[in-house]
Amino acid sequence: MPDLAPLWLTLHLALVTTVLLLIVGTPLAWWLAHTRARIKPLVEAVTALPLVLPPTVMGFYLLVLFSPNSWIGSFWVTVTGKTLTFSFSGLVVASLFYSLPFMVQPLQGAFQAIGPRPMEAAASLRASPLDAFFTVAVPLAGRGFLTASVLTFAHTIGEFGVVLMVGGNIPGETRVIAIDIYEKVETLQYGEAHLLSAGLLIFSFAVLVLVYAVNRRGFSHVR
Amino acid sequence: MSARRLELQASLRLEAFRLEAELDLTLEGVTALFGPNGSGKSTLLRVIAGLDRAEAASIRYDEAVWADSARSIHLAAYRRPVGLVFQDARLFEHLDVAGNLRYADRRSRRNGGGITWEGVIEALDLGNLLERRVARLSGGERQRVALARTILTRPKLLLLDEPLSALDIGRKAEILPYLGSAPRHFGIPTIFVSHAIDEVVQIADRMIVLGEGRVQAVGSVSEILERSDLQSYTGRFEAGSLLEAVVTGQDEAFRLTELSFAGQTITMPMVSFLSVGDAVRLRIRARDVALAKQRPEGLSIRNILAGEVVEVSEEAGTAFAEVLIDLDGPRLRARITRASVSDLELGPGERVFALVKSTTFDRRAISRRQ
Repeated sequence: MPDLAPLWLTLHLALVTTVLLLIVGTPLAWWLAHTRARIKPLVEAVTALPLVLPPTVMGFYLLVLFSPNSWIGSFWVTVTGKTLTFSFSGLVVASLFYSLPFMVQPLQGAFQAIGPRPMEAAASLRASPLDAFFTVAVPLAGRGFLTASVLTFAHTIGEFGVVLMVGGNIPGETRVIAIDIYEKVETLQYGEAHLLSAGLLIFSFAVLVLVYAVNRRGFSHVR
Repeated sequence: MSARRLELQASLRLEAFRLEAELDLTLEGVTALFGPNGSGKSTLLRVIAGLDRAEAASIRYDEAVWADSARSIHLAAYRRPVGLVFQDARLFEHLDVAGNLRYADRRSRRNGGGITWEGVIEALDLGNLLERRVARLSGGERQRVALARTILTRPKLLLLDEPLSALDIGRKAEILPYLGSAPRHFGIPTIFVSHAIDEVVQIADRMIVLGEGRVQAVGSVSEILERSDLQSYTGRFEAGSLLEAVVTGQDEAFRLTELSFAGQTITMPMVSFLSVGDAVRLRIRARDVALAKQRPEGLSIRNILAGEVVEVSEEAGTAFAEVLIDLDGPRLRARITRASVSDLELGPGERVFALVKSTTFDRRAISRRQ
């Protein structure tokens, strides 16, 4: 029986990341879906960067940023007494960047699909913009929220390169499942590596089947 | 029925031209905002509702300032006591019918006007639709729910943006009576956007004519339809007159409905939804009216109305002329040939008899008044 600590750590990281990205990504996606600002392509590009950038590149720059020598890293040390590098908090922050497009892009698409009409109807029924957002846009974008959350969660679980760069391989703190597999292979424990890899493979496949099934059937109220 | 004053000045840039609209009128009952497609009717409505901004606008309603660009005032749409029924209904698909109605009811800030949940559901016959999913409503039902939903916000002004345009003729006939009666029933001044004169005639009391980028006329529907200078907007084909009448008989044997107005009688093919005593409005197209100088005898035409010529306008370069006849109060427009005008020596003050075939009336020509 393999050590389950990396699994729990991975799920913990994915859950925290998904929740935080829901809070941060929703307003960003809403803004991208509605803005006519000139800087929109710039923001969209930055959001999509993690999709194309090698994780090592991202990890490297995050490592530099998180270092206690940088102002961000030293500020974190002053506030929390711990470093961002090689810590769980550092992994969470890194994951927020790494998984950002998986949250923002499905949400932006869902918000754009709703269009201005239901929101205008809500305004004409005396709903303030915030009220209309929660009572009309969010329910209508339900499928988008589900897709975005599931993809973010699954993508964070599969994180490897960034974790290795920023977090290293500290049991119970930064040794997530992907790192654990790497470690097992390095130390020639192929049996355990198989078990973990198969588990991750099945999980990822199941998640994608779920996402596509939901998108195909849809909720009848989404156009 | 409460009357409210609307003062509006708006300068809008539309695709092809500018609309400079200026209005100052008292809204009561249903007022039609009439004009051809692309004349800016819907945009003007959206500016009043606060959904669109005009380049320059000042809107005052019932002494409250909704917009004044000179003072940088623009009251957000959700803060204006306006209800807008959209062309495409825009029901919330994630809620059922009751959910849609509750959405409006909960957010209504006024409890005035005697508008109650039960009253609205009854007036629009929604009792057995409440549990229905929105996706399973017909086009006419959707508009009825949309109208009910908007009324439940207890608006001080109701705006209807071509709510019939997406419907086929059968559905139109189904929803029209509700559009005409609900605003009056609940005492909400209403502006009804339409480019179809037969809808205007059935629903509205007064009308605003938009054309060529400005307000061309404001007045009662019958007054506007009588004006020959507005015919390029109201349409020559449509030229006609409106008569306010009372149902005085239903002849089951001959299947005729008898109407009476200003001491004269008109019969038309039976309209079964009417009963004796109902006040109705009847539209008579100018081209369906013939004129005679003596009361004709032995004629199949049953409707012979006595009157006096008020005005004859010959249309230069055409075969036609229009004759306006005073029927002792109500006025009737007849479209006849210029040759007939000359033969009969028609001129102001002449006594004439107007002949209208009963078969020229159809159900769409008549609507029940409140």
